[in-house]
Amino acid sequence: MRPERLFACALLALGIALAGCRQDMHDQPRLKPLRESEFFRDGSGARPIPAHTVARGNLRADTVFYTGKWADGQLADGLPPQVPFGRALLERGRDRYGVFCAPCHDSAGTARGMVVRRGFKQPTSFHDPRLREARLGHFVDVMTNGFGAMSSYASQIPPEDRWAIAAYVRALQLAEHAPVAELSAEDRERLAASGANP
Amino acid sequence: MSQLFDRSSNALARTTMALAVVLAAGGLGLVLSLGQTSWVTRQNLLIKQPIQFSHDHHVGQIGISCGYCHTAYERSSSAGIPPTATCMNCHSQIWAQAPILEPVRASFRSGQPLEWVRVHDLPEFVYFDHSIHVAKGVGCETCHGRIDEMAGVTQAAPLTMAWCLDCHRDPVRNLRPRSEVTTMGWKPPENLAELQQELAREYNVQSKMSCSTCHR
Ligand code: HEC
Ligand code: HEC
Ligand code: HEC
Ligand code: HEC
Ligand code: HEC
Ligand code: HEC
Repeated sequence: MRPERLFACALLALGIALAGCRQDMHDQPRLKPLRESEFFRDGSGARPIPAHTVARGNLRADTVFYTGKWADGQLADGLPPQVPFGRALLERGRDRYGVFCAPCHDSAGTARGMVVRRGFKQPTSFHDPRLREARLGHFVDVMTNGFGAMSSYASQIPPEDRWAIAAYVRALQLAEHAPVAELSAEDRERLAASGANP
Repeated sequence: MSQLFDRSSNALARTTMALAVVLAAGGLGLVLSLGQTSWVTRQNLLIKQPIQFSHDHHVGQIGISCGYCHTAYERSSSAGIPPTATCMNCHSQIWAQAPILEPVRASFRSGQPLEWVRVHDLPEFVYFDHSIHVAKGVGCETCHGRIDEMAGVTQAAPLTMAWCLDCHRDPVRNLRPRSEVTTMGWKPPENLAELQQELAREYNVQSKMSCSTCHR
């Protein structure tokens, strides 16, 4: 082959290869979560829910489950029927408590979390007599609607997790005051080994 | 008339031809390998954000867990980016007057969201889902690296198809217990291989290699 021809072939090959560098297929008008959109005027692909619409399954007629309060405003004194009690509930509660509450209320519930140590208002300890007496619904209500300096966690924590956290807080309260005699032999041994003063 | 080119130009012509081939092959190779470089994959590129939010500070030092801000990671294809209200849970009181946080307060007052710039951005023809990976025991760290040490988030993995497939071919060696998915700097136990076999059985982990897994 003559050099010019060869050169032309090489150029052609390069051109074809370079044509593959176009990004049209990478950036299509298809909408994925959190992407921007040129179609809507506010530039966001996520659409706000129009006022007064209720999405399917979001009527929330069951006020106890969603807010911790009966329709007449009374705080619930136990778990609603949708939330079965069991080990799984407490495990879930412990996990979510660690994520959402421990930064301020700390893992034992004594209100000395990292964020409080950095200057956030110190809440009441969960082992305070008033909170030990409080109904279970109070904790769900605080998470749902906020309480003083603490904002609402309703958008961050789905209702079933709010109940799991409330149940776990109750377990923390009971554990703090559990008499040593009620522990299993194994746990008593561990307690003795840790050198803690019950 | 004497000849225009003497004998030596034969060699010149041959060298030119050889060079042209080498150049063309090299150029093609360059174009093909370009796709693997961080210039194209945007790996380790630090992106300028509207506010210098530091994971190092919030996760590494204060100890806030990923789920506090990326609330959807268990339930949705997208892990989610926190709305301004989440920042204000703490910054209503902490550094409440600091000028560095003025854009957060302005966004909270006006309701106009902060415009974070995407760090990870898969092409539109790829489908990815966080919830399945987390449910099957793949940790954030495995794909995103040590986020808790990053002052600004960079993309730790190339996010090429080869990278996805490398794991999908044999996902078992990247598993960890579900309770540890958000842990940064996870210390695997001695019997890691055994544990992973066990987890793979318990979570029913499969190797998903069909094209329609990711292109749908
Ligand atoms: C950013 C820090 C912070 C986080 C995170 C936080 N709280 Fe609070 N919480 C507070 C503060 C501060 C108060 C006290 C508010 C006041 O008195 O103005 C409070 C009060 C409460 C109270 C009311 C106590 C009373 O006096 O009746 C409950 C119950 C409570 N928090 C539960 C929770 C639960 C459950 C979570 C996790 C879902 C949580 N909090 C997460 C800061 C926080
Ligand atoms: C206090 C809130 C907060 C916590 C806790 C948090 N993040 Fe983030 N994260 C953000 C914000 C805000 C952004 C967007 C700004 C940016 O990219 O730096 C972000 C961005 C990211 C991104 C890049 C997203 C993109 O644009 O592609 C990744 C990945 C990420 N976070 C992972 C994690 C992981 C893993 C953890 C837990 C170890 C974590 N984050 C904990 C707030 C948080
Ligand atoms: C199997 C790999 C993988 C794992 C595990 C993973 N991510 Fe991601 N993450 C990705 C990819 C890929 C993207 C880019 C998605 C896109 O562009 O659509 C991404 C994007 C993100 C984003 C940006 C917003 C979004 O969802 O698009 C955040 C935030 C994030 N990841 C946080 C997390 C957190 C927190 C965890 C752990 C609970 C986690 N990721 C686990 C691969 C992973
Ligand atoms: C759970 C509490 C909490 C949340 C939520 C939170 N922060 Fe912070 N933030 C803190 C604390 C505590 C500090 C450190 C104060 C100190 O070191 O004294 C801080 C410091 C900062 C700083 C200055 C120091 C630095 O890291 O450079 C910025 C900027 C900041 N946060 C931005 C944000 C943004 C943006 C969000 C929302 C995505 C957010 N924060 C959410 C608790 C929080
Ligand atoms: C570190 C390992 C790992 C990496 C990296 C990884 N994946 Fe996965 N992926 C898994 C595992 C494990 C599953 C669960 C398979 C099963 O058992 O169903 C999965 C499942 C999926 C599924 C759901 C399959 C289904 O049937 O619904 C999609 C979609 C997917 N991955 C896309 C991706 C994409 C796209 C990438 C690259 C950006 C990626 N994955 C990278 C481990 C990984
Ligand atoms: C585990 C997920 C996964 C599977 C399975 C998968 N792909 Fe991909 N594919 C990707 C990702 C991610 C990209 C984007 C890579 C990038 O942006 O560099 C991609 C890109 C591509 C591209 C475009 C390449 C380019 O240069 O832009 C083609 C073509 C493609 N895939 C074909 C296939 C075919 C054919 C199969 C089946 C044999 C397949 N893919 C299976 C994840 C996957």
